Amino acid sequence: MIWYGIFISGVLNFLTKFLSLSYFDTSQMNPKVKQILSYVPSAVFPAIIFPGIFLDANGALDLENNPKILASIIALIVGVFSRNIIATILTGLASYWFIIFI
Amino acid sequence: MIRSKLFFKGSFDVLPLLIPVVPFGIILGAIGIELGFSPIETFATSFIIFGGASQIVFLQLLSGGASSIITIGSTFVVNSRHFLYGASLSEYLNKQPIGWRIILSYLLTDQAYAVSNIYFDKNKVNDLKHFYLLGSGFTLWIVWQICTLVGIFLGSIVPDELGLAYTIPLTFIALLVNYFRKLDHLILILISGSLSVLLYNAPLKSYIILSSFTALFIAFLIIIFRKGKN
Repeated sequence: MIWYGIFISGVLNFLTKFLSLSYFDTSQMNPKVKQILSYVPSAVFPAIIFPGIFLDANGALDLENNPKILASIIALIVGVFSRNIIATILTGLASYWFIIFI
Repeated sequence: MIRSKLFFKGSFDVLPLLIPVVPFGIILGAIGIELGFSPIETFATSFIIFGGASQIVFLQLLSGGASSIITIGSTFVVNSRHFLYGASLSEYLNKQPIGWRIILSYLLTDQAYAVSNIYFDKNKVNDLKHFYLLGSGFTLWIVWQICTLVGIFLGSIVPDELGLAYTIPLTFIALLVNYFRKLDHLILILISGSLSVLLYNAPLKSYIILSSFTALFIAFLIIIFRKGKN
């Protein structure tokens, strides 16, 4: 089951790239398709971010005394101003550890 | 001579973009172990799927009890942006023999695309420019495989109290830092994020697909609306 999923996902990812590289010349592509694909990160990544921050291990909403919320706000502020991926991850993790251990 | 020069130029140009790839690869390896996958399964996602964000989605959904269709579908949605990269480089590479296209497609990633697109644009006449993509793509690939292995090793010795699972949302916040300032992207982020929390208990762990597609539909409306205004 796990291996089956890994292989299919790998083949699909490869085909996405191989078929577009071989047969979809952008100069002939509908500009709308191109524009929509540029929104994929903003449409997909929040669905990983929000549950990871606002939900507890049982999938229930956890808004009180949740160290992940404050740590994420700090990381977000640092990220938006520095535009630096490493600085964002490090400040978020440092804030999180600071809140839970101190 | 010129081939190896182009290969190493690609390798060299992609290096700065690899700085975030190193911690991300380590996090991925460690998360795989933390979520209960074996070292060989975790490594196989890097070797076979080879798409950082999508691998995390894959491991997270499968360990959370999602069905294979939902897991594969969500992984596919995350990787769909690669379509844009392939299509964008197609005019330079679609005349290459199939062997080359297979290798270059496998090695095509966000980072390799970013540097190659710039280079190809400036060197339209160079017949050997695929060696540049080979160099940048291969360099990222080897770094990603090594970092995954380091993470797998660290994941088995790092204690649970450190809360490593929190690095998943954190890493994705970091990947979006360039989008939070743009209003259209910010709207999508808030819609997709709130929906994913609301739909988290929807059947089959379908929350990632449902919220992504709703947000992409809103993106489509935004594009139509803008067109109408112009």
